[in-house]
Amino acid sequence: MALLEINSLAKQFGGIKALDGVDFQIDEGEIVSVIGPNGAGKTSFFNVISGMFKPDAGTIIFDGEEIGGWPPNAITRKGIARTFQNVRLFGNMTVLENIMVAQHCRTERGMFSAVFRTKAFKQEEQEIEQRAKKVLEFFGSRLVGYRFDQPALALSYANRRRLEIARAMATQPRLLLLDEPVAGMNPRETGELTGLIGRLRDDLGFTVVVIEHDMRVVRDVSDRVVVLDHGVKIAEGPYEEVSTNEDVIEAYLGRPAEAGS
Amino acid sequence: MTNGILDVRKVIRAGLLAGLVMSFTSAIGMVEDFDRRMIIDGLFSLGFLALLWYVPIAGYKVGDEKVLEGMEIPPKSRKHVLAGVLVGLIGGVVLLALILITNAMDLRDVFIRLSPNLVALLTFSDNPADPNFGVGAIFLIGMPGLLGAVGGALHLVSPRLRRQIVVAPTAIIVSALVKDVIGQIMRTFGLDTVVRQLYRNGAVRLVPAIIGAAIAFYLAGRERRETSRIREFLTHPDPKVRTRNSLIVGAGSIVVVVAAPWVLGSLLSEILATTGIFLLMALGLNIVVGFAGLLDLGYVAFFAVGAYTSAVLTSPLSPFFSPEWPWWYTLPVVVVVGVFAGIMVGTPVIRLRGDYLAIVTLGFGEIVRITFLSDAASPWFGGAGGIRQIPGIPLGFDTISGSDPEYIFYFALALVLLAAWVSYALLNSRVGRAWTAMREDESVAEMMGIDTVRSKLSAFIVGAVLAALGGALFSAKLGSIFPTSFELLISIVILVVVIVGGLGSIVGVVVGALVLIGVLGGPRQPGLLQEFGEYKLLIYGVILVYMMLKRPEGLVPRVRRQRELHEDELTQDDWFEKKGELSELEGGA
Amino acid sequence: MSSSTNQKLSRRLRLNWVDSFLIGVRVAAVVFIAIGLVGTIINFANGEGPTAVAWRDLVVGGIAQGTMYGLIALGYSMVYGVLGFINFAHGEVFMGGAMTAFFMASYFVETGLWADSFVIALILVILSSMFASTVIAVLVERIAYRRLRNAPRLIPLITSIGVSFFLQYSAAFLFGISNKSFPQPPQGLLNKVDVFGLGWLLIEGTKLLVIVISVVSMAVLYFIVERTKTGRSMRAVAEDKEIAGLMGINVDRTIVTTFAVGGAMAGIAGSMWALLFRGVSFNTGFLPGIKAFTAAVLGGVGNIVGAMLGGLLLGLFEGVGPLLILDGWGIPGVSQLKDVVAFAALVLVLVFRPSGLLGERLSVEDRG
Repeated sequence: MALLEINSLAKQFGGIKALDGVDFQIDEGEIVSVIGPNGAGKTSFFNVISGMFKPDAGTIIFDGEEIGGWPPNAITRKGIARTFQNVRLFGNMTVLENIMVAQHCRTERGMFSAVFRTKAFKQEEQEIEQRAKKVLEFFGSRLVGYRFDQPALALSYANRRRLEIARAMATQPRLLLLDEPVAGMNPRETGELTGLIGRLRDDLGFTVVVIEHDMRVVRDVSDRVVVLDHGVKIAEGPYEEVSTNEDVIEAYLGRPAEAGS
Repeated sequence: MTNGILDVRKVIRAGLLAGLVMSFTSAIGMVEDFDRRMIIDGLFSLGFLALLWYVPIAGYKVGDEKVLEGMEIPPKSRKHVLAGVLVGLIGGVVLLALILITNAMDLRDVFIRLSPNLVALLTFSDNPADPNFGVGAIFLIGMPGLLGAVGGALHLVSPRLRRQIVVAPTAIIVSALVKDVIGQIMRTFGLDTVVRQLYRNGAVRLVPAIIGAAIAFYLAGRERRETSRIREFLTHPDPKVRTRNSLIVGAGSIVVVVAAPWVLGSLLSEILATTGIFLLMALGLNIVVGFAGLLDLGYVAFFAVGAYTSAVLTSPLSPFFSPEWPWWYTLPVVVVVGVFAGIMVGTPVIRLRGDYLAIVTLGFGEIVRITFLSDAASPWFGGAGGIRQIPGIPLGFDTISGSDPEYIFYFALALVLLAAWVSYALLNSRVGRAWTAMREDESVAEMMGIDTVRSKLSAFIVGAVLAALGGALFSAKLGSIFPTSFELLISIVILVVVIVGGLGSIVGVVVGALVLIGVLGGPRQPGLLQEFGEYKLLIYGVILVYMMLKRPEGLVPRVRRQRELHEDELTQDDWFEKKGELSELEGGA
Repeated sequence: MSSSTNQKLSRRLRLNWVDSFLIGVRVAAVVFIAIGLVGTIINFANGEGPTAVAWRDLVVGGIAQGTMYGLIALGYSMVYGVLGFINFAHGEVFMGGAMTAFFMASYFVETGLWADSFVIALILVILSSMFASTVIAVLVERIAYRRLRNAPRLIPLITSIGVSFFLQYSAAFLFGISNKSFPQPPQGLLNKVDVFGLGWLLIEGTKLLVIVISVVSMAVLYFIVERTKTGRSMRAVAEDKEIAGLMGINVDRTIVTTFAVGGAMAGIAGSMWALLFRGVSFNTGFLPGIKAFTAAVLGGVGNIVGAMLGGLLLGLFEGVGPLLILDGWGIPGVSQLKDVVAFAALVLVLVFRPSGLLGERLSVEDRG
């Protein structure tokens, strides 16, 4: 059974049909890229899946359960986490705190144990901190050590993007939605992140859906590529197939493909 | 004022503004009322301070120039003094005009405080029927002129000297204003004679004032090593030493705080007790507004609910239901009622956007007050007559009531410590992190798995319980409660305290409460400076506006909030960094 | 806390918990109102409770009050539409107009103009109120709000609370805390006028005057906003400040105009209030301010027609509602609870229908 199965997903904003009947499937352990020209509906796709908006029509079945219309925190608890195109960290919280707060739905100590500082509370706090540090260590030396106590605002752009991903990881999801993870990064950082996405699946077992514009990343990272345009899926398949698909090229370039492009 | 040329328009504007402030202070009657209290015996009254305080500031500010990056800092010259003088003179002229008009026409139908007494006061005449326009007018214009010059001259001196010049008179003024505290402390230690040497007629005597100013002047000139030594004391590298030092500081503070009511005497303990109760509420509101970011303008409703619950349960005169429990038994009920009230108020407003939440909670606060006031509810709550004969807190050997402010203070202190601990404990926990994340970016917080409904409701409930407990103590202290005690004014004043202290900062709220409630007083309760009387409400309004315009994060900001609100600066730096990375990209691609 | 099945259950419960609470409140409100209505109707049929004439007067009074609320609500609505925050101080702008009306009217009584030529005196009073309120509104914008243009919404709100405080207590200290008695209009106005010659529609002259003046003012405002160039700029800036600026509109000046126009309307309302209720004091602005804001939201914030409609409805509801609903329950001292009714309306509208009856019109930045 597919981990995520989407049928005829539709979402309209005013007069604009952001999603107009999209089908999508991903199995556990896959890495699928979603590409398409600007305005194709890719981010809306993520927004609806993650619960930011309720779908107008269609079904979203995650791990056997219909999650369309669920509130975002319930969906996260179920196991889907996402990053944002324009990094939306908790800027004034420290690096470590960002990761610690992301574990909210996986922890349970409430007000009572906090006020009375019970043993269970202290233990959980320690676990939260340990887990946070482990997640951050996944990114090498970039987000560890003295960085733990730096406000997220103060990080470099690339580190902020990494922190976004780390924060999503910390919610202990099964499915990661990465929205343009390498936007604005230089080639070296891009390469590093590409490898990282692979390791997310290989080492940590996440299933990953990536929205990207950088085709090198798409090529290096994906098992499969899905192409959206104007809210509809226009192509799907391995990268080589999709990148030579005429409809895809036309969607991007807006004119018929020339022979031998 | 660039290149030494006076910007005439700026000077005139500043002068007119100074004149306006002086006229306003006179017209509202502050100058006249405050004149009764002297600051320096026989010389300088609080009234004239209220009149003239703004003039040196205006004289200083007129010389302020915006120096942008890359500009040369324009040299300071005598022009600054000249500008300051002009500002003062123009202000004085405006004030003189007001006096002349007042003298010529009787404007008391409109402006009730523009009286012959005022004219006499400002022209230094003893006889209201015979104002002294000749010499008096000269003084009236000359004094502001002089003060304006001083303000302008501050530009010409070194920062150190500037600090000294500002600190010295401020120290004298402060020591005059807190004479009650100082005098009382000294009297407790048997230093009566010292008090009489320093103070007379409620003001500082001239000679001690001069000496005190000189001492303050000298101290202000010393480098700041003293405060850092305290900090060093507390952050000693050796953990054993550090712990010992912290314990010493902690123990010392406890001794000071516990001894305070006895050293300060009954009258001041009353103020301390009131401050304590308001501080308790401020800490509660701090959780709701500062931690969770929910602007609750109806906070007083929880206070009222707690007070009435305790009153109904303890007073023999409680109309409908009069179990006459001892105060202690009411506490758990008060807590439960607080939780209930928090849920009742919180649930409907949870999904509202920030400002609508504020107004709706304000509505709730008013509904609660009017309900308690109404005849319809008087069978239970006594209507406008309230509930009387509320017994105090039974302590075996004695009953603590409003006539024992020292003990009420201890109770308030206990609750404050509880509130402070709860605040700290919650903030540094899973719950608190969720609040902070929610305040940063609510929709992203939801996406990170935080149930914002639950989170917000928790904040509401904690805040409500703390306020309700404050209400229970309030009941016991006053002995009788009336619906008029629970007006919107209280919510606003507590909000001012929280904001001034820095939204979210526990220490800041404590300082804010001490400074505002302790000195100015609560909405209907007197503070240290009793003559401020009703004027304090005006001042609270001004403080609120000023804080929002200048420093929204408050006096002792949590570093976090300061970052939040000065984000522009940081993102600018971020832009510079990004620029660097982008050029790398261009180079590499 | 809970195991996974409990979690699923509680998640589903929480999905509905707040909603069921809100539904419960809605149901309770409807039931409460219905029972009260029925009770009152029964009372009326039995000849108990207020007479038909009394009801008529309540309705008329409610409409008169409602038109004033509508005028004040315009200021709230326009400022919210343009700058996205609740201008708490607007109630004091209204109070300023009322105060000015009092001072001017008293002066005219002294000089005899009030008795000799009431019409001219009244016109001058209204104009001076408009002037005063406009000045206050513009000054407040300049001093307190301009610097906060881009601040998060709550900050100008809190600032406006501070301004409201300052204005209220300034008025208290400058003019005294006693209630000021507005002079009586000439005797003829106090009689009831037979409108439309129907015989039963008798409206007190003052109230009729207030209604007419208020309605005319609202019509003038509507004309200004919808048909003139200034109004067009106002609407453009309300829609999208940035783009309006790029289209060559002086955004600052337009915002000032918005405040000024709202202030002028509040000034008219102030003079009308003073005329109708014959009393002004420093806190006259507080309750009407909050109620007018309720009216603005009721009609749809940012929506001019909505503000007028909301004002009318709220005035009617406040005038008639307490007796209509609470009398049926047999609750004594109903007039005290008039304000509770208004505040309850505030809460109910904001919680259940924050977009208002005619839909809100927010600027692009505030649409969220």
